[in-house]
Amino acid sequence: MTTKSQAVLNWIDERFPLTSSIKGHLTEYYAPKNFNFWYFFGSLALLVLVIQILTGIFLVMHYKPDASLNAAGVPVAFASVEYIMREVPGGWLIRYLHSTGASAFFIVVYLHMFRGLLYGSYRKPRELIWIFGTLIFLVLMAEAFMGYLLPWGQMSFWGAQVIVNLFSAIPVIGPDLSLVIRGDYVVSDATLNRFFSFHVIAVPLVLIGLVVAHIIALHEVGSNNPDGVEIKKKKDANGIPLDGIPFHPYYTVKDIVGVVAFLFFFSAVVFFAPEGGGYFLEFNNFIPADPLKTPPHIAPVWYFTPFYSILRAVTYPLFGLDAKFWGVVAMGASVVIIAFLPWLDRSPVKSIRYKGPIFKIAVAIFVVCFFILGYLGVLPPTPGRTLVSQICSVLYFAFFLLMPWYSKLDKCKAEPERVNFK
Amino acid sequence: MKMRVINFVKRAAAVLLFAPALTLAADVSVNLDKAPVSTEPAALQHGAKLFVNYCLNCHGASYVRYNQLENIGLSEQMIRDNLLFTGEKVGDLMKISMSRADGTTWFGAAPPDLSVIARSRASGDGSGADWLYTYLRQFYRDAERPTGWNNVIFENVGMPHVLWELQGEQVAKVTENADGSKHVELTLAKPGKLSVEEYDKAVADLVSFLVWMGEPVAEKRKAIGTVVLIFLAGFFVLAYALKKNYWKDIH
Amino acid sequence: MSVDQKMDSSRRTLLLATSAAGGAAAVATAVPFVASLTPSERAKAAGAPVEVDVGKLAPGEMMTVEWRGKPVWILRRTPEMLASLDKTDEKVSDPASDKPMQPEYAKNKYRSIKPEYLVAVGICTHLGCSPSEKFKMGAESGMGADWPGGFLCPCHGSLFDLAGRVYSSMPAPDNLEIPPHQYLADTTILVGEDGKA
Repeated sequence: MTTKSQAVLNWIDERFPLTSSIKGHLTEYYAPKNFNFWYFFGSLALLVLVIQILTGIFLVMHYKPDASLNAAGVPVAFASVEYIMREVPGGWLIRYLHSTGASAFFIVVYLHMFRGLLYGSYRKPRELIWIFGTLIFLVLMAEAFMGYLLPWGQMSFWGAQVIVNLFSAIPVIGPDLSLVIRGDYVVSDATLNRFFSFHVIAVPLVLIGLVVAHIIALHEVGSNNPDGVEIKKKKDANGIPLDGIPFHPYYTVKDIVGVVAFLFFFSAVVFFAPEGGGYFLEFNNFIPADPLKTPPHIAPVWYFTPFYSILRAVTYPLFGLDAKFWGVVAMGASVVIIAFLPWLDRSPVKSIRYKGPIFKIAVAIFVVCFFILGYLGVLPPTPGRTLVSQICSVLYFAFFLLMPWYSKLDKCKAEPERVNFK
Repeated sequence: MKMRVINFVKRAAAVLLFAPALTLAADVSVNLDKAPVSTEPAALQHGAKLFVNYCLNCHGASYVRYNQLENIGLSEQMIRDNLLFTGEKVGDLMKISMSRADGTTWFGAAPPDLSVIARSRASGDGSGADWLYTYLRQFYRDAERPTGWNNVIFENVGMPHVLWELQGEQVAKVTENADGSKHVELTLAKPGKLSVEEYDKAVADLVSFLVWMGEPVAEKRKAIGTVVLIFLAGFFVLAYALKKNYWKDIH
Repeated sequence: MSVDQKMDSSRRTLLLATSAAGGAAAVATAVPFVASLTPSERAKAAGAPVEVDVGKLAPGEMMTVEWRGKPVWILRRTPEMLASLDKTDEKVSDPASDKPMQPEYAKNKYRSIKPEYLVAVGICTHLGCSPSEKFKMGAESGMGADWPGGFLCPCHGSLFDLAGRVYSSMPAPDNLEIPPHQYLADTTILVGEDGKA
């Protein structure tokens, strides 16, 4: 480095921790060298967040949150989306990136969470990382839900109608609460405008804050790895973990590979199947919102369907409160319970590599149930489907609630001293 | 305790095994004919002409500008001469003068804007094009309807058969299937100006135009997408080689 | 394991190649975003040429039409008004209209196709205000006894003559813009499109 740029750097470093931040988070942040495929999804989630924020900024320049009808009798909000798709140069691409990004976000985040489940990344000392992560997931759901109202199509409208009405199930305050959320007696222009405000300002702010907290907490305790071994236990003379390698350049060059591979599949959807077969952009959402006519079949977007199925699975009233209330409770609990994993898992080892058969079977059943619930959430209910979703919901909760026992019972293998690397 | 867990797992597995059978109880579906959608300019131009002549009186396409039709090979002059109503400019949106209130009075429901109809009509049964292609060919005479027309896949539709001059008049013979569902068979009672094949072709062209209109950028999107994917594939090779190079130091 | 790596040549090549590819990707990605900032189809349609019938315009009268959201003046100049341009020749900064503020066919003494009709964008070339008309000549105009008629920009006082030429030593640097226009008929002007097309 030339002395001049060194001088500039020194000037900055005396006023701002630039060099030390780069060292602490990149060049001297030591990550285990045995990360596998599953470890791509954290950086990919960050990438999708950037894509969403960037495309979102540009969409806001053209989108209008207005439920009133224009001269042609189409709601202004709906027409403004089509305006972006047709009349704004490059608008179609920005919009498809954003709509596909929403689904990609959940795909990546679900895989990222599953990674944590596989390798026990939530275990001590990473409980806070996991809790921040669960909160990110929760906030992301709110973000996606509010964003979905904005195109003001039939699915937007009726999806919001149904979900907001969930809150009315809460005893005593419920009806007033849903009224406050909507700002009207039905989902209306008032709702659209406040959801717009939340979607573009409030929730992203919280989301970014949580992501920063998530990463700071991670870099405080260090990354877990597929073997679930703490690399900080074995250090060399310089205090550097023996199995650790600097994040930069090793994981930056590796993550670039993951990013390019991800972008390949992402672009394939954006350019060749932006509707995602009707799952990323639902067909009925190409019909403007009509408060007088519910589409024959409404289902939430795919990423909500596992939880939506749990909601629908509850059909029994309990303790004098109706099934609707307990459905809402079950759905809420099914998300919140994820945050408690660090205290539910009593296994002596972290990684599934060294866990016993019971845990492996439990995870397998859990995954199958999650997929079945997701699948059923897309379909209209029938008695048979409701029964299946009830069984899957019970198994879903059983996976968490019985974990303190079965994870202890399990016959685990001994963890190795050092990580496995080729 | 262990026994119980294993039993539970067994039972759960049994239920999950049967889950597909329970969930796949058939939903109501309609049989749609596969639409021969074309992206040929000639077909799209023919479709555009049919659209302006037969649809644009009641249905608007209020997100589409006339001059966007230049993308299907029409010149500005051709648009001016053949498609514009008096007083309209080529940069105008394809709007209609009928108000929504009038539409509701006359047809029971305001005729929907058709800009994205081909996208909104897609379903598990088939693409939006398939639905439109089937719908426009399955009108039949029904004296009980105020318009005198009914439709096989859109029962009691408010829209009259605007293409009847071309297709002629079909009549329906309704039979009941063994499972109680209705089966409608159409026969051509009075031929129209076009033969059956010609009519099918005309409808196919019209549907192709509606598909184009649903997303005018679709072909360009795919063309750009091909370049993007080829680039990313190349980029992947480079990035992978770079990663390999760095990681050869890690043992 | 040391952090500072020996830069072997293949690594250098690969780094350069990936950086170049990444840079190209970044530039290509920026294209739709920058494009989205440019006028949309709607804006372009609103900017379509405007047809104006000037048949009812009396001599000495001016009408204003909207083209691309900007005021376009059409001034029917009287012989006295046209004569005043000889007087202002020495007062204006660009008497021969050398700067490209007008189409080639309006680069003449009257800065118009037909001397009688001045078609000009009524936006001051200084900072975009619309000048006001000061057609009356002499002291009556309130512009001084030797005022030959013209325009005064209310924002920063720039003066223009009746051909839209800016006076010397004024804030505005250039003459008023003459938009592309053509005569469809004797008294029908199409503003926004040349006859060439």
